[in-house]
Amino acid sequence: MGKITGCKAIVQCLQEEGVSTIFGYPGGAVIDLYDELMDADITNVLVRHEQGAVHAADAYARVTGKVGVALLTSGPGATNGVTGIATAYSDSIPLVVLTGQVPRALIGNDAFQEVDIVGITRPCTKHNYLVKNKEELVPVLREAFHIARTGRPGPVLVDLPKDVVKDLINFPEKTPIRMQNYQPNYIPHAGQIAKACKLISKAQKPVLYVGGGVILSDASKELTELAKKLSIPVTMTLMGLGAFPGQDELSMGMLGMHGSYTANMAVAECDLLIAVGARFDDRVTGKLDDFATKAKIIHIDIDPTSISKNVKVDVPIVADCKHALSAMNEWFDDEEHSDIEEEAARHLPWFEIIRGWTAAHPLSYKMDDKEIKPQYVIEKINELTKGEAIITTEVGQNQMWAAQFYKFNKPRNFVTSGGLGTMGFGLPAAIGAQMAFPDKTVIDIAGDGSIQMNIQELATARQYNCPVKIAILNNNYLGMVRQWQELFYKKRYASTDMTVQPDFVELAKAFGAVGLRATKPSEVEDVIKEALSIKNVVIMDFTISREEGVYPMVPAGSSNTQMLLV
Amino acid sequence: MKHTISVLLQNKPGVLSRVTGLFSGRGFNIESLCVAETIDSGVSCLTLVTKGDEAIIEQITKQLHKLIDVIKVTDISEKEYVEREMVLIRIKAEANTRAEVLRVIDIFRGKVVDVSPRSYAVEVTGSASKIKAIIDILRPIGIKEIVRTGIIAMPRAGASK
Ligand SMILES: Cc1ncc(C[n+]2csc(CCOP(=O)(O)OP(=O)(O)O)c2C)c(N)n1
Ligand SMILES: [Mg+2]
Repeated sequence: MGKITGCKAIVQCLQEEGVSTIFGYPGGAVIDLYDELMDADITNVLVRHEQGAVHAADAYARVTGKVGVALLTSGPGATNGVTGIATAYSDSIPLVVLTGQVPRALIGNDAFQEVDIVGITRPCTKHNYLVKNKEELVPVLREAFHIARTGRPGPVLVDLPKDVVKDLINFPEKTPIRMQNYQPNYIPHAGQIAKACKLISKAQKPVLYVGGGVILSDASKELTELAKKLSIPVTMTLMGLGAFPGQDELSMGMLGMHGSYTANMAVAECDLLIAVGARFDDRVTGKLDDFATKAKIIHIDIDPTSISKNVKVDVPIVADCKHALSAMNEWFDDEEHSDIEEEAARHLPWFEIIRGWTAAHPLSYKMDDKEIKPQYVIEKINELTKGEAIITTEVGQNQMWAAQFYKFNKPRNFVTSGGLGTMGFGLPAAIGAQMAFPDKTVIDIAGDGSIQMNIQELATARQYNCPVKIAILNNNYLGMVRQWQELFYKKRYASTDMTVQPDFVELAKAFGAVGLRATKPSEVEDVIKEALSIKNVVIMDFTISREEGVYPMVPAGSSNTQMLLV
Repeated sequence: MKHTISVLLQNKPGVLSRVTGLFSGRGFNIESLCVAETIDSGVSCLTLVTKGDEAIIEQITKQLHKLIDVIKVTDISEKEYVEREMVLIRIKAEANTRAEVLRVIDIFRGKVVDVSPRSYAVEVTGSASKIKAIIDILRPIGIKEIVRTGIIAMPRAGASK
């Protein structure tokens, strides 16, 4: 093959990786690449702000399991993307972010729209590259996709000087990627698996503590099999929701700061905690010294740095969750090892205790006939979408209510910024998800504060015919911060009042979308039904009970058993 | 506890800042750090001395290993090893102290590398404890300036845990 331009080579690399949709925004440094893309069979979703491009690519990756791709110009384009990159990094989402850079000769000269984006993103990418040698362009892109999707996934940034992408290069043949210094371990150590399984078959009160790793490794099936086979109750982190069916009788829902009473009590009382693809985050553990103190701990994670980082574990298993869980299932299927009926029977008294907790303190709220309760809105959305919608969220109370009251029965249907907690994530994420699944119902559960952070993406949704639905739980407050002020700052509501806000119904219209409003509980169902029937972007503005709080709540730094209840 | 960690890295731009960024970002401490090419010009060897309890050292080695450009991480201080550091010391040397300075340097097998009417610059190589000893002895005489290389280290042949 003769020489081709760098731009053409990049497009060919994208096609090699099966990329059909990317999210981006043009500028001087990437104008050549955009020109090339015009003739390729790849859709560029033109967002209205680069942060939106990265969040959309991130959500596309979360719902499909593929690598998301964003393309940004140099300088401000790249820096606008940083919050998106950090968001994906915190939640281990596979992304390749391509940024334009000034020509090589100008790098370091404070050229127009030059920033050291590789330097800026070093601590929030899994890896990043500045392509300085044009013949390395293709190998670097292939490596970037490989690194993004393998091991513990994460965002990889490739900075592309303008002259590199314009120059003529050879397009090398694709050969299997071998990196001497990067070889993630997928296969569990057989001895560790046996050790773990023996602990499980001795446990009286086991709990499965499941995180986003199970979703990332597509291990829901294996997890569900193990939990059901041995009859082990399951609790999930925010990122783990959907990994195990939320409606199942073994599910105790979410644990941690806004977890269920049952889940937090069960972790405190269990004699064996089986952590799968979770990282003992402070929002999950509460006060570390009091976390799962009665339990032996098994920890399965593909990232060795996650193991024994916050909590010392008894049986570490460095492996892909899917492989490790299948190995455990096989171990228990061997009759020499265990008697499955005996396993389930042994846990019966444990379930009695668990049911007692749920009966005493179920997840609940006080219904009202004058004011709309946000939890009621989520319950109705759950009911009317049969738990089948893709739900994205903003950040704050809206996010926690969505996590508590929507019952996720499948993985990859809940798209939320867990690790970083990025307000403004939900709307661009909904667009990314809808681009991946045009026929699914996609709903952004939003707060009135967060939605204003990337509201400009309404235009993107309109342009690409993404009929996303936005449910604003409108409390005219930065509600989650207000809740902390109510509880811990003597109700001094410093800078959390958001009474001055746009008329969201009129705003929807201005964007060519549809705006609906409910101010009374009796209107909620009709508004949701109407929104779901419209093939356009719809904003539902729910005026909710202003000072409603998210409960249970474990105050930051307290132990998880010290919950404030409804 | 002090640990001496040896890290083999790809010899590429920006790799060092990945390592130092990791230490500053995660609040690990670096007492000294020394990098240069190995016999393979594509690979650098970085020797760093750090402090921390067992859990911190475990995190440091795992986090270093996680960096894509890192090839190998060894906690050398877990084994039998040799370590060396070189120091250049400019020391006050006037008529009444010149002889004594030379005697001390001789005991430590140091070398005078620069001479002026009022000072010597000397070079001393040795383990961390030897370097500390000579500095302690010369200090009362009047040290004007010190430049240290930081420690480099190597496991002893056939050393095991
Ligand atoms: C970009 C960003 N800035 C600030 C915060 C801190 N923060 C967390 S929740 C929250 C309030 C969110 O308000 P709103 O979107 O109205 O949601 P509500 O809690 O009222 O449901 C704020 C300011 C954040 N998470 N992200
Ligand atoms: Mg609000």
